[in-house]
Amino acid sequence: MALDATLQPSASAAVRSAPQRPVTTEAPWVRRALITLALVFLALVLFLPLVAVFVEALRNGVSSYLSAITEPDALQAMRLTLTIAAIAVPLNLVFGVAAAWAIAKFEFRGKALLITVIDLPFSVSPVIAGFVFILLFGTGGSLQPLAQWLGIQIVFALPGMVLATTFVTLPFVARELIPLMQEQGTGDEEAALSLGAGGWRTFFLVTLPNVKWALLYGVLLCNARAMGEFGAVAVISGKIRGETNTMPLHVEILYNEYAFSAAFAVATLLALLALLTLLLKTVLEWRFAGDIAATRRGH
Amino acid sequence: MDIRVRNIRKEFDLFPALHDVSLDIRSGELIALLGPSGSGKTTLLRLIAGLEFPTSGQIFFGDDDASQKSVQERHVGFVFQHYALFKHMTVADNIGFGLRVRPGRDRPPSAEIRRRAEELLELVQLPGLGNRYPTQLSGGQRQRVALARALAIEPRVLLLDEPFGALDAKVRKDLRRWLRELHDRTGHTTVFVTHDQEEAVELADRVVVMSQGRIEQVGSADDIYDRPQSPFVFSFIGQSNALPVEVRGGEIAFAGQVLGRTDEADGHWRMFMRPHDLEIVPAGEPGIAGRVAVARRSGSSRFAEFDVPGRSERIEVELPASVASAPGMDLNVRPKRWTLYAEESR
Repeated sequence: MALDATLQPSASAAVRSAPQRPVTTEAPWVRRALITLALVFLALVLFLPLVAVFVEALRNGVSSYLSAITEPDALQAMRLTLTIAAIAVPLNLVFGVAAAWAIAKFEFRGKALLITVIDLPFSVSPVIAGFVFILLFGTGGSLQPLAQWLGIQIVFALPGMVLATTFVTLPFVARELIPLMQEQGTGDEEAALSLGAGGWRTFFLVTLPNVKWALLYGVLLCNARAMGEFGAVAVISGKIRGETNTMPLHVEILYNEYAFSAAFAVATLLALLALLTLLLKTVLEWRFAGDIAATRRGH
Repeated sequence: MDIRVRNIRKEFDLFPALHDVSLDIRSGELIALLGPSGSGKTTLLRLIAGLEFPTSGQIFFGDDDASQKSVQERHVGFVFQHYALFKHMTVADNIGFGLRVRPGRDRPPSAEIRRRAEELLELVQLPGLGNRYPTQLSGGQRQRVALARALAIEPRVLLLDEPFGALDAKVRKDLRRWLRELHDRTGHTTVFVTHDQEEAVELADRVVVMSQGRIEQVGSADDIYDRPQSPFVFSFIGQSNALPVEVRGGEIAFAGQVLGRTDEADGHWRMFMRPHDLEIVPAGEPGIAGRVAVARRSGSSRFAEFDVPGRSERIEVELPASVASAPGMDLNVRPKRWTLYAEESR
């Protein structure tokens, strides 16, 4: 009927007045309602608290803000947070790459178990993670003699906090890499080997470049979590002010002492770290979009 | 470099992929491993490359037992179905990869590697594309880069796993002809895997027909087409019909009709014949009688499939285009040429 060249005016008007939109698109009012709902939710849950942090931090003026974040205890907390992240993130980088490589490129017994175990820190409460290390290395703990023999104080000290943070942030790198490496398969590696490259060269020249973007995401997420971790670190640190205080712990201590604007001032630093991570991720995604798509596509 | 495969057996988790396979590949030969999926052809190729290791048996490169040597030590050029080009490297860097990863004293200077890559790009007819990335090339171009990369290490043998499998029909045909010319020019011993019989027959000096982890037949295109050694080869290569027949006193009988004479012993046999080796005979004369179910025209010939009473498989016959045929017509045909296989053989 519509193919007929002698269409009647009324019929063509009827065709024109019918809603012309792609079949997968909803009616305008549905679209608007859904978008509004999403925006309101985001504003309430994400944006408002973020704004509140900055408003509270600056309530008593810029000078008190600055003094709160340059006070010795705050500086020490920042140093400690950065130190812990500087140790835990590289540890998880190496472990994550090794685990993903093993899982994606080889067949072995217990592979399913390994994948489950890697996810364990996601399903276990961080507080439990902290307690586990106290039970292991604290007084009467089964690994305490080992720590003593090595002459290292683990519980209520930096090594314990690094352990707890490493535990909590363990899945990030591996989780990011495993699906990608599984999808890519072993074809490129076989090609490199057949061309005479050894195992390490194949890894550094072929495997690693193929996953570099996923690896970077994993590291960024791992780092953000390592700096923001509270529960596990709170348990194992003993919260010794000026010694084993990280930034999140310092925020809590200040808050409990009713030093609200100081607490929020330190909190802004954490929020800025998070925003920086997001910004970095977005910039990288935007700058290397084509490159990322190419490696994602696999073969 | 000639390659001898001796009594190779390969199991994956106790599932046998290859049973006792032996094969001699002559130096400078272009040979095809042809078979349906699951026939073990790719496994055999990967075993020759050293990407898999045999459960038992040996592989010789010349007089050199290569069975336990690593893929790096075997010095083979391997081309993958999906190219496996390194996406983060330029075409020139891909081609130069094999030279760049050589240990210090064997590694040519980088200017030399670059020159060699340019040379190989000329050889595979992609001059000037050295600075492109693989994603900027078409499928056919990528496969030629993959071939150039494999040739860069001056391999002792060239192994290709379904090299044209991911390409469209037109490109496939062009590349096939091009590969043949390249082989004739460079003279590498070349083994390629394919499931496409036309490709195997057109390209290779000899074809190895494989099925269920065994070699069924090795021979030229004429050998496997005109003198198939097993029912599998007969039915896998080209069109075929099979009919259970009885031989008595040198006469081949089907449904009480004598179809021809043979020297084979009395007993039950399977008679294989090609559609073009059947001729129409008048009704009532000895032959295979039936009723046409499907008739179709293909190029200069006409094909008719007809039902034979008591048989579930139809018989296909090729007719000249001038002979009319339509569903429902009665047909009586007699084989001009055939091959008999013992009933119990595979």
